[in-house]
Amino acid sequence: MRWMWIDTIVAYEPDRRLVAIKNVSLAEEHLHEHFAAEGDLPAQPVMPASLMIEGMAQTAGILAGSVRRFREKVVLAKIQKAEITADVVPGQCIRYDARIERVDPMGAGTSGTIERLDHRTGAWERIGETEIMFSHVDQNMSGLAFPEHNFVFSDSFRNVLRASGLGHLMD
Amino acid sequence: MVIARSEIESKVTEVLESALGADAEDITPTAILTEDLGAESIDFLDIQFQLEKKFSTPEKPFKIEQGELFPENMMSNPDFVKEGKFTDAGMAVLHERMPHVDLSGFDADRNVKGIAKLFTVKSLCDFIEIKLKK
Repeated sequence: MRWMWIDTIVAYEPDRRLVAIKNVSLAEEHLHEHFAAEGDLPAQPVMPASLMIEGMAQTAGILAGSVRRFREKVVLAKIQKAEITADVVPGQCIRYDARIERVDPMGAGTSGTIERLDHRTGAWERIGETEIMFSHVDQNMSGLAFPEHNFVFSDSFRNVLRASGLGHLMD
Repeated sequence: MVIARSEIESKVTEVLESALGADAEDITPTAILTEDLGAESIDFLDIQFQLEKKFSTPEKPFKIEQGELFPENMMSNPDFVKEGKFTDAGMAVLHERMPHVDLSGFDADRNVKGIAKLFTVKSLCDFIEIKLKK
């Protein structure tokens, strides 16, 4: 079982773009270990920035994997840039918008924007940007061998794809 | 398209600063990407992608094919690499595909683990210069 940091996929443009949503809930225990206080406001649980980067990595990783129909084992190889400028609190929603910059037999380069939705205003606000690279591990330069089955795109990923109406990508 | 060598060197330096977090003063022509500038295997792909962006123009995209700059696609081919060493056929392909790399001292060793050490800042600049002239 893999810990998924996206809830559903809401947009998919083949070989170009994939958008995923994460709803942040007060019931999530990990939020309570990450408090932030701004000015005179009381501290409140926030979504850890590191987990937002993981959410974007999962979004961009699915996009990178979809380019070759999940035949490659796509692993996070390098975070070139990750800027998150605001907190996300329970009741808000995170949108990960990932784009392919370049795909090569060795791997893929992606860019992404992170936005938050405050349900009271109904407005999306950009709060972060990422540049993440993925490696196709079977094509590694050192010639290392990995297990034949695709351990990256496990059932957790497949369930999200199926629930989002994208199960056909894995056929 | 002709670009002055100094401009090529300047752009390659920018790419290496970005991809490797290297200091400009350490990016000398003889600096080895791995040993001197700290490049790891994924950094080679990052460098390749960033060079493509840096030298592309709206009129002419600058695309580096797999195996053109670095010999990554040869490692798992038993015709080219046997028991961790480049075969005669592998060495012939290296000489043909990689005029930007100084292979003179590599013929005796041929160990795949040593190939990354052949890539210097100068070899990247030579690669760009040769490719832009094509």
